Amino acid sequence: MSIEPPASAYDMAHDVEIETIATFAVLVDNEPGVLHRVVGLFAARGYNIESLTVAETDRAAHTSRITVVTRGTRHVLAQIEAQLKNMVSTRYVQDVSRDPNGVERELALVKVRGVGAERVEALRLADIFRARVIDTTSESFIFEITGAPSKVDKFTDLMRPLGLVEVSRTGVLSIERGAETL
Amino acid sequence: MSDIQHSPKTEAADTAEILTGAEIVVRCLVDQGVDVLFGYPGGAVLPIYDALFHEPRLHHVLVRHEQGAAHAAEGYARSTGRPGVVLVTSGPGATNTITGIVDALMDSIPLVVLTGQVPTHLIGSDAFQEADTVGITRTCTKHNILVKRAEDLPRAIHEAFHIATTGRPGPVLVDIPKDVQFARAPYQGPKEVRFAHVYAPRTKADPARIREAVALIAGAERPLFYTGGGIINAGPRASALLREFAALTGAPVTSTLMGLGAFPAADPAWLGLVGMHGMFEANHAMHDCDVMVCLGARFDDRVTGRLDAFSPDSKKIHVDIDPSSINKNVRVDVPILGDAASVLEDLIAVWKAEKRKGSKEKLAGWWKQIETWRARQCLRYRPSDTIIKPQYAIERLYALTKDRDVYITTEVGQHQMWAAQFYRFEEPNRWMTSGGLGTMGYGLPAAVGVQLAHPNSLVIDIAGEASVQMTMQEMSTAVQHDLPIKIFILNNEWMGMVRQWQQLLHGERYSHSYSASLPDFVKLAEAYGGVGLRAETPDELDGLIEEMIDIPKPVIFDCKVEKSENCFPMIPSGKAHNEMILGDVEDIGSVVDEAGKRLV
Ligand SMILES: Cc1cc2nc3c(=O)[nH]c(=O)nc-3n(C[C@H](O)[C@H](O)[C@H](O)COP(=O)(O)OP(=O)(O)OC[C@H]3O[C@@H](n4cnc5c(N)ncnc54)[C@H](O)[C@@H]3O)c2cc1C
Ligand SMILES: Cc1ncc(C[n+]2csc(CCOP(=O)(O)OP(=O)(O)O)c2C)c(N)n1
Repeated sequence: MSIEPPASAYDMAHDVEIETIATFAVLVDNEPGVLHRVVGLFAARGYNIESLTVAETDRAAHTSRITVVTRGTRHVLAQIEAQLKNMVSTRYVQDVSRDPNGVERELALVKVRGVGAERVEALRLADIFRARVIDTTSESFIFEITGAPSKVDKFTDLMRPLGLVEVSRTGVLSIERGAETL
Repeated sequence: MSDIQHSPKTEAADTAEILTGAEIVVRCLVDQGVDVLFGYPGGAVLPIYDALFHEPRLHHVLVRHEQGAAHAAEGYARSTGRPGVVLVTSGPGATNTITGIVDALMDSIPLVVLTGQVPTHLIGSDAFQEADTVGITRTCTKHNILVKRAEDLPRAIHEAFHIATTGRPGPVLVDIPKDVQFARAPYQGPKEVRFAHVYAPRTKADPARIREAVALIAGAERPLFYTGGGIINAGPRASALLREFAALTGAPVTSTLMGLGAFPAADPAWLGLVGMHGMFEANHAMHDCDVMVCLGARFDDRVTGRLDAFSPDSKKIHVDIDPSSINKNVRVDVPILGDAASVLEDLIAVWKAEKRKGSKEKLAGWWKQIETWRARQCLRYRPSDTIIKPQYAIERLYALTKDRDVYITTEVGQHQMWAAQFYRFEEPNRWMTSGGLGTMGYGLPAAVGVQLAHPNSLVIDIAGEASVQMTMQEMSTAVQHDLPIKIFILNNEWMGMVRQWQQLLHGERYSHSYSASLPDFVKLAEAYGGVGLRAETPDELDGLIEEMIDIPKPVIFDCKVEKSENCFPMIPSGKAHNEMILGDVEDIGSVVDEAGKRLV
């Protein structure tokens, strides 16, 4: 069944718009079920979760910070932001990825198995990426790397032909440069 | 009850009254100004029921099924503007309310639902009648909370009322374990508690947006107000302001199903219901307008129809209190975040300050066009001397009740649409229907709630014979509590709305949409201790309706109507507003194309 092209320009965005990645920093009241609220919101409305981190960040103020990386059209991302803000438990929402002052970091543990020249090459690349070796056997390394998600991606891509066997990532953390707070 | 040992010693605690959790619940309700609650007892709420036993200020209405409690509370809320309160037990009591909770969420109805829960130390152990109530209801409430300590109860309950009634209204659930109901803690009133959340939705709009909107409206040649349930949510003042602003601009006004009554049906500027079963003139005006002013409506798919053909040439202004409603389905040019009453006040003030004029000459062409659409008389139907046409039944019901103090609820289906088309509302809060969820079985319990709030008014549930059987047991509630509701059934023996879609979309294959073995509704009414009436011909209809109105008891009125009548006008699936079909269409089976059949 072919759907006719939209008759007016104003609805075209739904199909034509490209998807981008966005990172939302969500400051929430630290209370039971709050993580479920966020995850449930994404599940119920069919939004993607690419990564999610959460931890209490201010015990006295009773707040947790949830950083969620998602993907969608501009229109969907605006909806996600509005829906997150609508939650009663939400104190603040910021789209960090669209903030020029936003800093994003991720930590990954990367296990590479190999011997001989490949092993040497892995170690050399790790050095370039400033990944630390945190465990060594005669046929494997575990590297610890921190950086922007794209850097971690790049590193794992390069490790793949050199014997990458396992990756564990924390998901993205974010904060804003300067003295301001959320 | 070891809970209390952990309580922080606050200053208030030294002077405050020490009550049990159950007494706190009851006191909170009284202090919130609650006079009626709808509920059903069970093991996990027995302490609260015990406290209710000693509280004469609260009128508890025992329903027959917890879904009925939720709908009754919705009816109460919608007809008064105050939150509805529900009290049920854990497990099945809580799960039975879910349909009503979702219904309230979809239609922005303020509810506070109190559920009992198994004692805290048993939570998670699959205890008797344990259900993860807050887990189950997390995505279908505006907010919910499990209260694990009695000292948190005053705050939780007072805050529940605050959240349910501010911003975009909705249902809030408070889950209270049984041990918390027994534990003792200091009581704090609504003014003393400190809320756990910073919840303060914005109600005052950005002045720059207001000026932008006024300029757009003043410059329009074909303006149109598209008004919805948000006006009702914003209170009677918003309806009054809408009337004033519409008059200032001279623009025509349409209403959504949820917005009926916000603008008087008698006003010549009213074009009627908009959307799938809306008026020909309203939908054509939506399609052709150059400036659309959406006030407290949410561009629902029953209204927009095919999105890519929705009002293609208009600039759109959208006033809504919920930021997620704006740009959700339809992109708008001037988003205005705020409460409808406050925004209308600002719009009027700026309109007057800038000495704007609603020019008769400029809009003359537009009105002329609208009159040609009106002349199409889209509600016309083929009358009959022998069979009661459903449209005729509503027309007569309206004619014979309109001068009374009347409230209308409905079930879901064709009868609901005919009620929306043929019953005319001049005031807000008079029309209670399930719009967003479309819950069959809503109308009867909702009527119970409305009648409680308005004991001396005439409350009529316009029903279908299929829908009404979903919550028929609430007839017993009406009888018990002396609530003389009138259940006016348009009995076509079919799930008419389903049959209509099957005729239109599925080659007249009427799969399981006929109700065989219908009960004798007259005898059923009598069995419940109410009164049953039956009308079978047009000439006896008026007399029987008059009789129904005069009976001071619950009545089931079995109005036997034409079985295969279809509800028109209708925008068929996949079509644009200006492609709607009317009752005189030749072959309705061929109207919808293959792509349209896939839509809902
Ligand atoms: C069988 C069937 C057929 C239907 N056919 C039609 C039809 O033909 N036409 C039709 O219109 N509907 C129809 N409906 C109903 C439809 O599904 C929607 O429920 C309805 O259109 C929504 O109405 P609304 O846009 O006014 O929004 P509501 O659901 O009433 O929502 C109110 C909006 O106002 C906002 N709001 C709330 N409070 C305030 C405030 N204080 N200030 C400002 N904004 C506020 C809310 O955020 C929300 O966006 C049908 C339903 C059924 C079951
Ligand atoms: C709880 C529920 N189940 C199913 C539906 C789907 N549905 C919508 S209208 C309808 C038929 C309603 O029949 P009736 O109450 O007799 O009203 P009529 O359309 O004949 O006026 C059905 C089954 C619904 N809206 N709600």
